[in-house]
Amino acid sequence: MFILKLLIRNAFRHKLRTILTIVGVAIAIVAFGLLRTLVDLWYAGVEASSASRLITRNAISLVFPLPISYKDRIRQMPGVKDVSWGNWFGGIYKDEKNFFPNFAVEPKSYLAMYPEYVIDSSQVKAFALDRKGCIVGRKTAERFGWKVGDQVTLRGTIFPGQWDFVIRGIYRGAQKNTDETQLFFHWDYLNETVKKTLARRADQVGFYMISLTKPELAAEVSLAIDAIFKNSLAETLTETEKAFQMSFVSMTEAILIAIQIVSYVVIVIIMVVAANTMAMTARERIAEYATLKTLGFGAIHIAGVIFGESIVIAMIGGIAGVACTFPAAHWIETELSQFFPVFSIASQTIVMDLAAALVVGVVAGIFPTWRGSTIRIADGLRRIG
Amino acid sequence: MAETTPPIVAVRNLSKSYRRGQQTVPVLQDISFDIAPGEFLALMGPSGSGKSTLLNLIAGIDKADSGTITIGGVEITTLPEAELAAWRAGNVGFIFQFYNLIPVLTAFENVELPLLLTGLTRRERRDHVETVLSLVGLADRMDHYPSQLSGGQQQRVAIARAMVTDPEILVADEPTGDLDRVSAGEILALMERLVHGFGKTIIMVTHDPRAAEQAHRLLHLEKGELTDGAG
Ligand SMILES: Nc1ncnc2c1ncn2[C@@H]1O[C@H](COP(=O)(O)OP(=O)(O)O)[C@@H](O)[C@H]1O
Ligand SMILES: [Mg+2]
Repeated sequence: MFILKLLIRNAFRHKLRTILTIVGVAIAIVAFGLLRTLVDLWYAGVEASSASRLITRNAISLVFPLPISYKDRIRQMPGVKDVSWGNWFGGIYKDEKNFFPNFAVEPKSYLAMYPEYVIDSSQVKAFALDRKGCIVGRKTAERFGWKVGDQVTLRGTIFPGQWDFVIRGIYRGAQKNTDETQLFFHWDYLNETVKKTLARRADQVGFYMISLTKPELAAEVSLAIDAIFKNSLAETLTETEKAFQMSFVSMTEAILIAIQIVSYVVIVIIMVVAANTMAMTARERIAEYATLKTLGFGAIHIAGVIFGESIVIAMIGGIAGVACTFPAAHWIETELSQFFPVFSIASQTIVMDLAAALVVGVVAGIFPTWRGSTIRIADGLRRIG
Repeated sequence: MAETTPPIVAVRNLSKSYRRGQQTVPVLQDISFDIAPGEFLALMGPSGSGKSTLLNLIAGIDKADSGTITIGGVEITTLPEAELAAWRAGNVGFIFQFYNLIPVLTAFENVELPLLLTGLTRRERRDHVETVLSLVGLADRMDHYPSQLSGGQQQRVAIARAMVTDPEILVADEPTGDLDRVSAGEILALMERLVHGFGKTIIMVTHDPRAAEQAHRLLHLEKGELTDGAG
């Protein structure tokens, strides 16, 4: 009890110094939490994707297409429930910085296969009836102030030209981690237009999406599909949607590792700063600790006072940091929603934050605690004599 | 009076040196003397002569190289660290030149410190603390922090802290060294009262001739040796 009283009063003795240390720890924890969330998000796309759907693409590379004729052969395979297909369109709305993902898809099978995109049934109907119709995610619609019925023009990059679409529906995500930024439109519209202008690129599909009768069949069906197209003009590579997403993630693996390293470096820096502050503080109070020892208090009491103070300061900073992480994440989610459609802090990140704060407190406290508790009384007292 | 009663402090052949780099600096050389119970002893000598070192050895907060110190029948020079701490807490009260109060604790809490290591209840502690604070005339300043007290008042709080466990011996290292004449006079009068009224034994290091005058006996330390008055 007494130790607790003393260490708390000691902690707030130099108010400015303590507050600066707490603010420093809090900022480090916010940075740590946000960076870790960033890494989590990169994998969240993978989490959101289904392991029970397959993606078939050209075995050489994603940029090479597959013939549309494959769809019937895939559909006939045992274990396959349905097939859909699409092309990455890569259209730009006015300016490159307005990026959002956009695809040409076969609407009926696609919407059936992706129940995570929640759309009004009347909007689905309207979309089906309009060859130039498109469906947009809620976030992208909000970002540009689009409403159902608005006309949107995208500048084609892979498929040159100005492409006009009419928004027929706006989808919401069924889960919090569902991407709400995409735009998709009729594959037929793309294909017919291409037929007129770039005939040799007609009837080509970027990727097939395949749903299964049973998710356990994923591996087996993948192998079977790739086997039938072996030695054909366009060999295929089939993998689960999760694995497919993962191949994008692994491209950026180096960046992810760098971000992770930076997140730890932030903690190490604040650790050094906090350790220096604690050492300075303990040095100033060495005569007090010697006095306590003179009165009969043991090394363990002194250690408790110094170590406890370090832990208390670091944990206050940690808790303040966690508290600030939520508004910061909310700000990112609203202001930078085009880059981070979902920026939610995982409970695991909070645990990591608090663990990091604790480590800062422990490391900052070790040296002063050792010094303070092992100092010989006569030496400690001389400091003020 | 010291003839009939056995000494409360018996110092025998005490030596102590410090190491400074490669060099050993002898501080105390073969010192022997006794202190009778209820004695008020002043230890004088030039700066650096080893007065604080000797006081610290008697108070059990430093270790001698050789020789023995026996206090109240206990040979403290052979006690292990933990036992020495317990012995100190029960048998010696400390008064320092710079009071050494804990700045974040009130006068009351500072005086209560040594009692926290005893088995006394909260109530008993409160009674003890109030008693000694009244004794030093600071009952009305219990809730003041050291920074809200004058130097003389702080030293009186320190004396109360030294007295609160009712030890037989008080050691004081230049207790008036940082005080003005009036405050110093009050502190000396208080110490005199502790000897005469409460039968304490006081060993006081001082530079101040007025302080030395209050004492019953003077010991002079010069270059690590007692030069006169040694008994
Ligand atoms: N911890 C120590 N390490 C090295 N030298 C010390 C230490 N403590 C005291 N000394 C030296 O021992 C001598 C006596 O010191 P001290 O007992 O404090 O003298 P006094 O109190 O009489 O002024 C001095 O020369 C001092 O520098
Ligand atoms: Mg001295």
